[in-house]
Order: sequence, then C-alpha cells, then structure tokens
Amino acid sequence: MNSSYQIGQEQDGKAIWKFLISELKPKGKFLTPFNIISIPIMLLGLVLIVIRFWKGIGAITNLTQEVPWGLWIGFDVVTGVAFAGGAYVLTFMVYILNMHKYHSIVRVTVLNGFLAYVFYAGALLLDLGRPWHVINPIIGNSFGTSSVLFLVAWHFLLYMIAELIEFSPAIAEWLGARKARKILSGMTIAAVIFGITLSTLHQSGLGALYLMAKDKIHPLWYSEFIPVMFFVSSIFAGLSMVIFEGSISHRVFFRQISEKNQQAQHGIVLGLARICAGAMFAYFFLQLLVFIHGQNWHLLNTPMGLWFLLEMLGFVMLPMILFYVSYRTGNIRLVKIAAILAMLGVILNRLNVTVIGFRWEMAIRYVPSWMELVVTLAVIFTEIWISDG
Amino acid sequence: MGLNRRNFFKLLGVSGMTLAVGKTANAASTENATVEFYGILYDSTRCKGCRGCEYDCADAHGFPEPLPAKDIPAIRTTNETCNTVVNRYKTSKGEVFIKRQCMHCNEPACVAACLTQAMHKTKMGPVTWDGDKCMGCRYCMVSCPFDSPKFEFHSPNPKIQKCDMCFERLKTGESPACAFNCPNEALLYGKRRDLLKEARRRIYEKPDVYLDQVYGEHAAGGTGWLYLSPVPFNELGLNNSLQQSSYPALTTGFLYSVPSIFVLVPAFLMGIYQATKNNTPNGKEEDE
Repeated sequence: MNSSYQIGQEQDGKAIWKFLISELKPKGKFLTPFNIISIPIMLLGLVLIVIRFWKGIGAITNLTQEVPWGLWIGFDVVTGVAFAGGAYVLTFMVYILNMHKYHSIVRVTVLNGFLAYVFYAGALLLDLGRPWHVINPIIGNSFGTSSVLFLVAWHFLLYMIAELIEFSPAIAEWLGARKARKILSGMTIAAVIFGITLSTLHQSGLGALYLMAKDKIHPLWYSEFIPVMFFVSSIFAGLSMVIFEGSISHRVFFRQISEKNQQAQHGIVLGLARICAGAMFAYFFLQLLVFIHGQNWHLLNTPMGLWFLLEMLGFVMLPMILFYVSYRTGNIRLVKIAAILAMLGVILNRLNVTVIGFRWEMAIRYVPSWMELVVTLAVIFTEIWISDG
Repeated sequence: MGLNRRNFFKLLGVSGMTLAVGKTANAASTENATVEFYGILYDSTRCKGCRGCEYDCADAHGFPEPLPAKDIPAIRTTNETCNTVVNRYKTSKGEVFIKRQCMHCNEPACVAACLTQAMHKTKMGPVTWDGDKCMGCRYCMVSCPFDSPKFEFHSPNPKIQKCDMCFERLKTGESPACAFNCPNEALLYGKRRDLLKEARRRIYEKPDVYLDQVYGEHAAGGTGWLYLSPVPFNELGLNNSLQQSSYPALTTGFLYSVPSIFVLVPAFLMGIYQATKNNTPNGKEEDE
C-alpha cells in the first residue's frame, strides 16, 4: 500500500498506473474490519495459487474429467463479467444517448469495469492448465476461428483497450498532460462505440460458450437463446452493481458527486432503477417465452424445477417489481434491496448454467473445494483493494 | 459433406475475424472434397473382452500397464493415463463387451471449441492434440458430447490425453495398435465408407445376431469409430439420444451473427449519437 504510494510520487514514465492506484487509495486507517478479514484470505489465496502452479489444478480444486470448469470459470469469469456490464450500459446512456444526468458516475464505472476485466483475465490464467500458451490465440498462426472462446478471448482484450481509452482522458488530467488529454478525449466516442459493440458480443459469447454442452446442462437452463439471455441480463446485472457499489463505497462516490448534489445522486439511482425494471421485464418475458417453447412443464415439479422457479420468481420477478415500485415511490432504500436481489439472481443464473445445472444428473456432483472458494475470495478482495482501497 | 461444412465454418470464422479485428487469418483450406476419413469398426459380438487392446494402447502411448481384471470394476471410463477401456455389460442378450475411446467425430466439437487449433481433425480422420498450441482451457472437454478429452489435473505441465487413433503409426502406413493386434478381429481399420458397407453387410447376413443400427453412422454428425452390437446401444453405456447433426453446428448461429453485429451495431450507435448530440441542455461539451 505504502510502497505504491512512493512509486506514484517518483513519477517515472511507467508509473502512470501506480500513480492512478495511489490516487485512489484512501487516506484512512489501516486496521479496518475489511482489512482484518481480507488480508489473511489474500495471503492464504496466494499460498494456494503457488500450490496450484506447483502441483497442478487438481491439487486445490475439485474439478473432474466430467466437470472441467467449476467455480473459477462459472463465478469469477462468467458472473464477474456480467457484473462489469455497467460500464458499457452507462457509456451507451451518457455518450450515445446524451443522458447527461449520469455523466458524474460514468468515469468511476468505466474504471471499475476495467479493473474487473483485468482481474477476471487474471483469474482466467489461474484456471488455464498451460497459461504460458495464453498468447497463442492472439499471435502466431493458431487462430481457432471457429471457436466461441476465440471470439471471447479477443473481445476481452480489445474491450480492455477500449475501456482504457475511454478512461485515459482522466489519467492525462491527473498527470497534467493537457495536449494528450485533448487527443484522448477525441477518441472517446469511437472507443465507446467499439466498446459497446464488443460488449454486446462477449456478454452473449459467454453464454454461447455453453451451446455445445447441450446434453450436459439441465434443460430448464439450456436453450439456443442462452447468448441472448446472458446479454439482456448483463444490462441489469451491471446497473445493479453500479447501484450497489454506489451505496457501499461512499468514498469513491462522494469524490465524484459533491454532498450538495445529494438530490442529483438520488435522481441517478432512481433513474437506474427504472432502467433495471425495464431490462428485467424484457429478460423475464424472454425466459417465459423460452420456457413455454421448451415444453418443459413436467420438469417444474422436480427439485431442479423448483430451484428454477425460485430463480425466476424470487430473484427476477421480485426485484423487477421492487425496482418498479421504488422508482414510482422514490424509495432509495428499496432500490438498494432490489439491486442486491437482482445481483443474487444473476449469480444464481450464471451458476445454474455453469455449475449447478451442469452435469446435474451425475451421481457424484462437483462441489467447489474450500480452496477454490478462498482463491475466488482472494481475487475479489484484491480487486476491491485496488479499486476502492 | 462433412468437409464442406467444415470449410464453410472456417470461411465463416475468417470473415468474422476480418470484420471484427481487421486481421486476416489465412483461409488455407486446401483440403479437397474427395478426402476420405479412416475409422475403425468395432464389432461387440466378436469381442471376447480380453482387454489386449488396452495393453497395446498403453504400450503404444507409454502409459502404465492396465490393472488385471480382478482389480478393476466392470464399468470404467478412460482417463488421463488410459486412452481406452473395455467394459463388460450384462444385457438382455447376455454378457456384452464394449470398447470405449475417443470417437473421432467427422465434425468434432472439440476442434470447433479449440481457440488455438491444438485440437485438429487430420485429413486421414484422427483427431489429434498439439501440446505446443494448447493453453489448457479445457473448453474441448466442456464441448465433447462423449467426454473424450481427459486432462492431467495433477500435473504442473498438464496435457490433454485421448485416443489419437495411433496417428504416428498411421503416418507410416501401419494400422492403429488396437486394431492391428486384436486377436478376435473385433476391430477393423479402414476407410469409413468401406467400414459402413462392411457393417451393413454383417447386419444383412446375420439379422438375428445384430441390432439394425450402426452406432456412429449418424450420432453427433457421424464418427470415425463405428459400433455393431446385438443389443440397444444404451444398454452398453453409449448415449443413443445424442443429436444426429454435428455439435459445432450449435454455435453456427451465434458465430454467424458476429459479422452482422459488427457492422450494424456501430452504424446504429453512430446514428443515435448524431441524432442526440445536439441535445446538450446547457451547451457543455467537455468532461466534468
């Protein structure tokens, strides 16, 4: 923590990133409750990562030959990327639709989105058996162009670059490089359009990854519309995350929005609630259509069917109604409750496709090991540390 | 037919990439349409369950020698140290053996899934794995409807293991170790087209012995390994409800949409941007 601060003050050429981090560091106490919980988990996670690279992925995970992707892909990558969707939705609203009301939160959201992607890409490296070949699909003659994963990998990379360009005027500002800032600002709109297009494709692409696992995913969650579902749900997943982040990390929020603009902030939150309600309605309707077309009524009265109903009614329909009611009544607390429920619903949905509903009929199910959980938590904590301090 | 569809796929991917990132990948598909895949016909009525093929396979691939019959369960799956297993099933027509290994699909899901072309459908038919390209993402395992690729979860330098139809032997004109050594002629190596004819001939000559179905003729769009059996294949642990079309076709729709999205969405966004950019209420253009 302190060391990065010093590097930031040294101002050598490549210290821009460190400078950025140090700028965002809180100037508060060190022994906060968050630090007391997160530091041991991060250290333990580091030890586990060493074991993973020394003894192999099987040494710390419960993955099997039948379930080769577990929590690290299903939660860290697939769910995490959905939550990072706020960046593309907000840039669309602010830069394309010119909804100026949301201008004050767009930068911090893009930064959070960028950091999230950096960490998911990092988490992905942990899950790769041969990570030293990770650049193969980017360079060389090994283009697996018929692969959905190829598309997703390229889009991750390009999207990170687009987000960096979107955010770069702010970096130039901090560094006091006025000319650079002007050039970079000029590139913003192109980067935004590129970024939104990439997001459309990789948010849905994460769902399309599972299209070939047709016989392995429970029929209530498998349909050829998984990509569309993933895309639509990423809209309210991302915005719910923005609402949630705004309510917990006041420090970041308050630096962007001065206290006298409390009213404006409420307006933003309620506006986001309205958009969430709309997107969730579209999503719920889509799920309903797919369910009816799938002719899976007989599956509803099974344990997995009830689980499906819980997801759809408790974590899609209920937060949708709550978002709507909170917008109509101007109830900020209700928006936050709805956002948390909607986020739980997205976690549930992604895990149902990737882990819980994957190989659901097997006698011995995959359950993540405690070590997988610790590494996941360590990744999340590290990301929160960097982004919020 | 299968090849045509694969070529189509490659072209599709290449054009998508060109539009997507402005990079051109080489569309070097020089395969001509007359290429014929080789395969192996397994006749379970001839197999005596000696498991000699397991030993030959282990020998040919440098795997540990299989355990003796008394130490193993009747039903096993292949794993990272064993590319093939012979299972014993008690069926409606008595004891039937069945050999399992990678099916070497005509249009393999693992090859379509692989983002580095480490999984490769050779022109001869075997699906092979290249360790210099693979990044260990295991998407091939997620996609394979037969669960053929196996991963060395307990190695810091893990490989994907599966039957490669002894591709090294095939290149020198030999036949796969299992088919070459089978003492009961339960395994027949040859051109897939000829094997299908032979399978139909056997069914025609002994309709009371064989079930009137060649497993692998249509399953998953057709496989290199073909199976004959006296009993329905699901009694032998083979999934008889797999789709008849190829698995890569499941992602065609999505991949097909990529170029159009890359053209239409930016144009659409530009249009909205142009239409709304003068809506600025108090004329402030810059950030902050």
